[in-house]
Amino acid sequence: MASIKGHKSSEMGLHEEVLTGRTQQVFFNPEESENFFYHDAYDVDFNKRTEIDAKDIECLDINRKIKELMSQGYGTIVIKNPGSKHSIGVGILNKLNLIVEGSLGYFGIGSVDGPNVRISGRVGWSCAENMMAGKVVVEKNAGSCFGAAIRGGDLICKGSVGARSGIDMKGGTIIVGGDAGAFTGFMMQRGRIVILGDVGPNLADSLYDGTIFVGGNIKSLGADAVEAEMTDLDVDWLKRKLKVAEIDKKVDFKKMTKIVSGKKLWNYDNLEPSERKGAI
Amino acid sequence: MCGIAGIIHRGKSNNVGGEMQKMLQSLKHRGPDSTGYALYGEGESNNYILRYKVGENVKEGTTAVKEDPSVYAARRKEVDKKINEVGATIHNDEKITEYSFRYVISYDGDLLDLAKKIESVEETEIQSLGKSLELIKDIGDASVVADQYSLNQFSGTHGIGHTRMATESGVDIRSAHPYWAYPFSDVSVVHNGQLTNYWNNRRALEAKGMRFLSSCDSELIAVYLADKIREGMDLEEAMKGSLEHLDGVFTYLVATKDKLGMAKDTMAAKPMVLYESDDLVALASEEVAIRSVMPTEIDTYDPYEGEVKVWQA
Repeated sequence: MASIKGHKSSEMGLHEEVLTGRTQQVFFNPEESENFFYHDAYDVDFNKRTEIDAKDIECLDINRKIKELMSQGYGTIVIKNPGSKHSIGVGILNKLNLIVEGSLGYFGIGSVDGPNVRISGRVGWSCAENMMAGKVVVEKNAGSCFGAAIRGGDLICKGSVGARSGIDMKGGTIIVGGDAGAFTGFMMQRGRIVILGDVGPNLADSLYDGTIFVGGNIKSLGADAVEAEMTDLDVDWLKRKLKVAEIDKKVDFKKMTKIVSGKKLWNYDNLEPSERKGAI
Repeated sequence: MCGIAGIIHRGKSNNVGGEMQKMLQSLKHRGPDSTGYALYGEGESNNYILRYKVGENVKEGTTAVKEDPSVYAARRKEVDKKINEVGATIHNDEKITEYSFRYVISYDGDLLDLAKKIESVEETEIQSLGKSLELIKDIGDASVVADQYSLNQFSGTHGIGHTRMATESGVDIRSAHPYWAYPFSDVSVVHNGQLTNYWNNRRALEAKGMRFLSSCDSELIAVYLADKIREGMDLEEAMKGSLEHLDGVFTYLVATKDKLGMAKDTMAAKPMVLYESDDLVALASEEVAIRSVMPTEIDTYDPYEGEVKVWQA
């Protein structure tokens, strides 16, 4: 496995920047973010709870119902009998406790900004795609493209995930309790991925930036992915994040493998250092 | 985009026709052009079950050429004649649609000879020829096809099926899945994806005497597997070989008289969700199809890249 030590990208200091929080959170002031509301966001009360029986409802109507209930001030909504339907919980730009009792199909909880979501079953392809902020916890397994292009928030799968998890990811954190498939972190640009189990071939292929931590075996690294040294800062961050993720698994953090970008691809070689920073 | 699904019951028969109809209907959005079923029943006293068609279902949206239906009866007579010529005996014959038929025949000779004779009749295509396989495909969604061919009460151990969105070939029965692995009785294939080295493989297989009926890339998988089985490989070995020889992005299901298998390409670019228990295995392009036959909470997962799995009925 290639090493980051002595590589020119290490001299550029980009990896250190990632570890000190050069992620989306740095660009958005946390206080500002806390007080930020979309123009049509609702003032909801988390103690006000209700249920939706999704058994005989189409996904569009389920999503409309969620919005309608939020407009009435409900802050905790339980979806029963989701039946693996697609696109449930998409576009929630609001604070909300959303509890899904069952499994979701494709594109569940996509393009959300703020909700706290718990899914007791499995999710299909592209769960939480484009998530901006919030927390999504999946108790069982997930399909491919888990957390594709997320910008922020915490996305957690306690089971295993399919191929291309974190593809095109631009911020936030993905945590997987089990294994992950091929091309995990493909063209990832920022953020962090933690896989506690094994990972398939071509991990972090064409990674621009960001960091991937792996607890198990790595089948193979993708183009421009290199191993870096685990630091105390990494270990502290991992301990904290796994606690947040509620993953009750004994992990020897020091033995985890840390993967970063070697920054040897053409887009780095053909740009000046200042341009490189602008490009990622 | 197409939808594929399969179910296999371990050690018992069930209403696989009804189950596959529900699974495929829930995948209609992945392929509204045509639907196909390969169902494995209890057989007809060790006789062969022949499903064949002598024409196409021509309706709005299809690409088939309209013919005068009167030609169908003449072609059927010609097929009967060919069957008798090779020494086979017809025990039962049913007209399912004006262009589609189901025969029960006894025959001791070479299956390839019989198949070639039947298909020498103009526009005639064998859909399946086996001792438990019944392959049905037609234009329309799963319910339309199941009603048309009375599949809702079909009893058997396993089945695979396909909902097709036509991309590289026409909207007709000929291009619909599943494909029978000609000339091997009871082997059928459904596929979701694209094969990028179709012509290279097709030319090589044709040079070896294998036959292609359509220009659909999915047929290549059936013919490829048939060729490998002919060379003496077992099903799982042939499927593993397909991952090396067939280029592209694909997930496919294959069924034999007593087995059901799945293979996923090394890029894992096409979906497949799997549920496995002591009683049965169900798998589909989307979990919603599995939920249509198992509404209670179950644990499912996605097979990984390059995986080949085979289950016994």
